[in-house]
Amino acid sequence: MGRKLLTEHINVEGIDTLEVYRKHGGYRSVEKALKTMTPDEVVEEVKKSGLRGRGGAGFPTGMKWSFLAKPEGVPRYLVCNADESEPGTFKDRQLMSKLPHLLIEGMITSSYALGANTSYIYIRGELLYVLRILEKAIAEAYAAGFLGKNILGSGYDLDLHVHPGGGAYICGEETALLESLEGKRGNPRNKPPFPAVQGLYARPTVVNNVESIAAVPVIVNEGGDEYAKIGVGRSTGTKLISACGHLNKPGIYEIELGLPVEEFIYSDEYCGGIWKGRDLKAVVAGGSSVPILPKELILKTAAGENRLMTYESLSDGGFVTGTMLGSGGFIAMDETTCIVRNTWNFSRFYHHESCGQCSPCREGTGWMEKVLHRLEHGHGHMEDIDLLVSVAKQIEGNTICPLGEAAAWPVAAAVRHFRHEFEWHVTHAKEAAQPGAVYRANGVLV
Amino acid sequence: MAKITFDGIEVEVPDGTTILNAARQIGGSIVPPAMCYYTPLKGSGGKCRACLVRVAAGSAKDPRPMPKLVASCVTPVQDGMVVENTTNPQVLDVRKGIVEMLLINHPLDCPVCDQAGECDLQNFAFEHGVSTTRYQEERRTFEKIDIGPLIQLHMTRCILCYRCVYTANQITDNRVHGVLGRGDAAEIGTYIENIIDNDFSGNVIDVCPVGALTDKTFRFKSRVWFTKPVNAHRDCPKCSGNVVLWYKGNDVLRTTARKDQYGEVKEWICNECRFEKKETSDWTIEGPAHIDRSSVISANHYELPVLNQSVVADLPESTQRDLQKNPPLKLGN
Repeated sequence: MGRKLLTEHINVEGIDTLEVYRKHGGYRSVEKALKTMTPDEVVEEVKKSGLRGRGGAGFPTGMKWSFLAKPEGVPRYLVCNADESEPGTFKDRQLMSKLPHLLIEGMITSSYALGANTSYIYIRGELLYVLRILEKAIAEAYAAGFLGKNILGSGYDLDLHVHPGGGAYICGEETALLESLEGKRGNPRNKPPFPAVQGLYARPTVVNNVESIAAVPVIVNEGGDEYAKIGVGRSTGTKLISACGHLNKPGIYEIELGLPVEEFIYSDEYCGGIWKGRDLKAVVAGGSSVPILPKELILKTAAGENRLMTYESLSDGGFVTGTMLGSGGFIAMDETTCIVRNTWNFSRFYHHESCGQCSPCREGTGWMEKVLHRLEHGHGHMEDIDLLVSVAKQIEGNTICPLGEAAAWPVAAAVRHFRHEFEWHVTHAKEAAQPGAVYRANGVLV
Repeated sequence: MAKITFDGIEVEVPDGTTILNAARQIGGSIVPPAMCYYTPLKGSGGKCRACLVRVAAGSAKDPRPMPKLVASCVTPVQDGMVVENTTNPQVLDVRKGIVEMLLINHPLDCPVCDQAGECDLQNFAFEHGVSTTRYQEERRTFEKIDIGPLIQLHMTRCILCYRCVYTANQITDNRVHGVLGRGDAAEIGTYIENIIDNDFSGNVIDVCPVGALTDKTFRFKSRVWFTKPVNAHRDCPKCSGNVVLWYKGNDVLRTTARKDQYGEVKEWICNECRFEKKETSDWTIEGPAHIDRSSVISANHYELPVLNQSVVADLPESTQRDLQKNPPLKLGN
């Protein structure tokens, strides 16, 4: 069993109250940082820890913090991105609803490190009940003197606000999030300027994922070097994986990075294998936007090595034979899953969530969805398969924000690894159009 | 000052200039097309992706190429930057894709569209696109909406460039319209089907690159290439009064603001000048308006139009020979 740094006490009765949380060592990092460390020392510890952004891109958090512009007399902001809406990813919701004080503690320590006196948690609109939990916890923190003026007598002031979004996936993109937080339509901004220079209200801003911020207290308490000992290579620490799909035990697991994928799927400690004794067909390893991989490639890399749950190992082989760790939304599909239908479903999501600002994404996501719908329902042609790849290629890299890529990658990867299923949907259109129809190697319906 | 190399041509521009504006200083056929960027409007650009270019070297300090194509209209230049536009096949290929994307939900009703002939999308598709489409699904459609007695909104044709939104936000007092909805269901709208009621609302018609916003006093009166543009001015208490009158015979069919060669309005005009003063006696005539762009309007008139030399170079050789034998057009640079 790996170490649990974030979720050790998650099931303790009443851990969402300040009192119980304090009993289990809560807010130690705030005391340590504010009383004994300078802000730069905290940044240095985070840098040493090798913590990488847990929201999907995996950019080193310490490095992101050190890019923050610090002009004199200009306020800076820390914004926590809690707009978790990627299909398959549901780790932040659990973390915030069970351990609200962990996020608040992380926000205080991180804001101190960055010199921010006002910080925001931008939470997805659908998670209204989590917002209430957070607000209750923030009120407790204010009452106990962890927030507000002159925290713990250190002379450092911090106000923390929770702001609900309208429930748009696009507002999880950092600049769209900032626009939305400013009260505007959630359209991503053109970059440059980057948020570290001109972010919220055109001030220097850092946007971090919930899990990244929740890891900061642990790093401050134990030291960056200690944290960096967990994991493999440049993937350090622990990661929350939200496992779903055809697994015996779906749920949220905190794993030490470096765990073999095979162990994660099949060991009883984690997901406990594929349900109903069926065979694994494919895995989407990091939320719906990362490329799907068939069983052979998710368990072993193209070179035949064991695939590990790390940023590097999962992306081994590029997009030809690899994928990404992404946000940790682990979707397993058994042999009864129709890949075409699944791809159509993902595509429908991106079509619905595209903000419509730039033309390749606005038009392309809808186009891909319609072509996939046609293929799935038995009206497709062989040319449509290449058309899908071509449209995906026209979107990828040509959009303002990464949603374009997020929409294009799953489609391109599904065709790359499961072309035979798309072809079967054309050659056996009638059978394929029946509900629940799935391609099998011998061509038999399930 | 920053020195950049654009398609092999060196140009020096002030710091903070965008790549597109640097290219416009060079001029000619190397200028990337722009469907959403509009110099007078703050914050415009970056949306249509028509102006994507490749940055082969980021700057003199950091000469690495940029990983993705960048929107030239919103990316500022750096000293020593090397940019490839028409010299890079990838850029031209992507641009073809952008045309295709912009056209898949466009109704292509040019034969009945008032904008035809002076439509940015038409020009863009003609110059950079392919003549066929691979799209066979149903196109999105909207009902026509009258926003006020003078302007009609036909969302079906809209390419969501946001120009009219910025215009309404920036040159008039009240924010009256914006974008509702998301993705390809997004629409320009007033909340809720309100009318736009202010003295400068007519400018949204001028900035629209397609026929989504049209002048109701001009709708279906004439094809634009049958009208003659004439510069005129009057003393107007609200605006500069510098306009272009579009004549058919002796009648002023419509009035628009003056535009530069990139289709950008030079001075905003008020609704009184645009919609009400339709008699020659209201105006002081200055003379024929010169249309600098390659458009069908300039191909039909008393003023000899200029055919861009670079366009000629792209024509098939037989056509070029014909052109030289009996030149119907004056050849420009």
